[in-house]
Amino acid sequence: MKDMSEGYVTADGRKIGGVLMEMKNITLRFGGVVAIKDISFDIREGEIRAIIGPNGAGKSSMLNVISGFYIPSEGEVFYKGSKRPQMRPYQVAQQGIARTFQNIALFEGMTVLDNIMTGRLTNMKSNLFQQALWYGKANEEEMANREKVERVIDFLEIQSIRKTPVGRLPYGLKKRVELARALAAEPSLLLLDEPMAGMNVEEKEDMSRFILDVNDEFGTTIALIEHDMGVVMDLSDRVVVMDYGKKIGDGTPDEVRNNQDVIDAYLGVAHD
Amino acid sequence: MPDQLLFAMEVTLNGLMAGVLYSLVALGFVLIFKASGIFNYAQGVMALFAAMTLVGIQKGQVPFAHLINALLGTEVHHFGWHVPSILAILLTAGVMVVFAWIVERVVLKHLVNQPDIILFMATIGLAYFMEGFGDLMWGADIKKLDVGLPQGINIAIDDTTFGWFGYGFFIDNLDIVATVIAILLVISLTVFSQYSKQGRALRAVADDHQAALSVGISLRFIWVLVWSIAGFVALVAGIMWGAKSGVQFSLSLIALKALPVLMLGGFTSIPGAIIGGLIIGVGEKLFEFAIGPLVGGATENWFAYVLALIFLVFRPQGLFGEKIIERV
Ligand SMILES: Nc1ncnc2c1ncn2[C@@H]1O[C@H](COP(=O)(O)OP(=O)(O)O)[C@@H](O)[C@H]1O
Ligand SMILES: [Mg+2]
Repeated sequence: MKDMSEGYVTADGRKIGGVLMEMKNITLRFGGVVAIKDISFDIREGEIRAIIGPNGAGKSSMLNVISGFYIPSEGEVFYKGSKRPQMRPYQVAQQGIARTFQNIALFEGMTVLDNIMTGRLTNMKSNLFQQALWYGKANEEEMANREKVERVIDFLEIQSIRKTPVGRLPYGLKKRVELARALAAEPSLLLLDEPMAGMNVEEKEDMSRFILDVNDEFGTTIALIEHDMGVVMDLSDRVVVMDYGKKIGDGTPDEVRNNQDVIDAYLGVAHD
Repeated sequence: MPDQLLFAMEVTLNGLMAGVLYSLVALGFVLIFKASGIFNYAQGVMALFAAMTLVGIQKGQVPFAHLINALLGTEVHHFGWHVPSILAILLTAGVMVVFAWIVERVVLKHLVNQPDIILFMATIGLAYFMEGFGDLMWGADIKKLDVGLPQGINIAIDDTTFGWFGYGFFIDNLDIVATVIAILLVISLTVFSQYSKQGRALRAVADDHQAALSVGISLRFIWVLVWSIAGFVALVAGIMWGAKSGVQFSLSLIALKALPVLMLGGFTSIPGAIIGGLIIGVGEKLFEFAIGPLVGGATENWFAYVLALIFLVFRPQGLFGEKIIERV
């Protein structure tokens, strides 16, 4: 693997920066089950980083560690150059890490617009009293946030469903709204847990395009989990491969594709 | 117009006003239930506690006077000042916020992710604790609550209706004020939850905890917030009820009336709590008026529960509640 301490340039000419997030010797146990075994890897400024592996490999667990939903049994997390103390998920979110969930976690009773507006909460500064009095600053802030949210809505082409309660949307659109909510936070790091799972081919293509566009237009660093090798190879700059909680490969898609351990792991498992 | 119909109209109006109070108490339940899935058994005691605190502050009573005197052999009871009503209400609201904060710190924080029944039991414990604590703090005697709300029959309504029908409606000013305040309270709660950042966060937490965490909402902050709001609602209910019937233990029993209201309106619906309260209020007054004499009266004690039970059979999720689907 080439030396990348100062960042690198991708095949399509995008500049990747220094380390944004580093996971060091992460181990995660649930009682007797070891979901993650001593894994280290980093995510760099501006890149699309994929985590792949068969079902049950520990991918979601890893994302949950990054976003603070799981507390690692061992290991350290470095973010923006400093060691991160143990944090609650909402604190991680306030640090600029937004995420989506494998099983979609939206506010089903709220409209698409309101759902996406919640994504702005971490960026809102006015306090309860200013809010209560609908005081100048709170008002301005609400307007500025509405504007940002409308831009995300345009970007993801969901104008027509802005006022629809999320509970009524089909699965594919829900996934898109969840991405919109995460994007609304203008995150430094965007975590996507199987953004294309359960979608048809057309929806998958749309979602791939959105992910690439987000990275391209806003320069957002993205870590995504995908089950399907093919999709990942097209999207990502670097790939971590997990199997049974262990890291069995790490590198560019080409490097990973030709890694014997990875080939074995994938041959041993039927895709679904 | 026939007399019976006029009586029935008057009874309906009075029922609506009694219903407003039920709605208020039910509203406190719904807020907490929506945001945290907790059925707060202590809601009624919170109303009692708020009313006691208000009277105590207003009269310049020394809190824990009995305890202090017993321990130190002193004889202090009053500070010797009198706090204006508005200030006393604000201070009491402050006490309810502190109370919400303590509940979160001491109880809720340690019970996150516990089964609902455990949390429910915790609120039963809380109710008994608060009851005793309130007595210790302010004394167990029956107190008169007077914050200057108008009381007595409304002459204007009496005269007007007499002019129209030849029969004057008897409506208490206090009920009118209670209704207006309750309506204002509901409007401000709605505006708050729809348009403010904290309101949006509150709705988010009520909808999905995990998703709320992922957008940076602190559940604990929201819990303090909803318990504070439920505390305000309890304070308002406590003032209304206290002004009507005095501040005493029976005030905490209005919570029991909220139960049929919730069964009717649904545990998760704010409009449901309001409409449910009005239906029960009107229903029990009209029933007492129409059927009461035939069965020897006192139907108001049980009517609400029977209505709620009948309702449960046909629509277990209540009028406005979400359909109950077990997640598998
Ligand atoms: N909250 C949890 N409690 C117990 N075991 C868990 C929990 N989350 C994940 N696991 C276990 O960790 C392992 C990895 O799961 P997961 O991270 O979801 O895999 P993947 O996302 O790669 O399919 C599985 O054996 C799973 O059962
Ligand atoms: Mg997974």
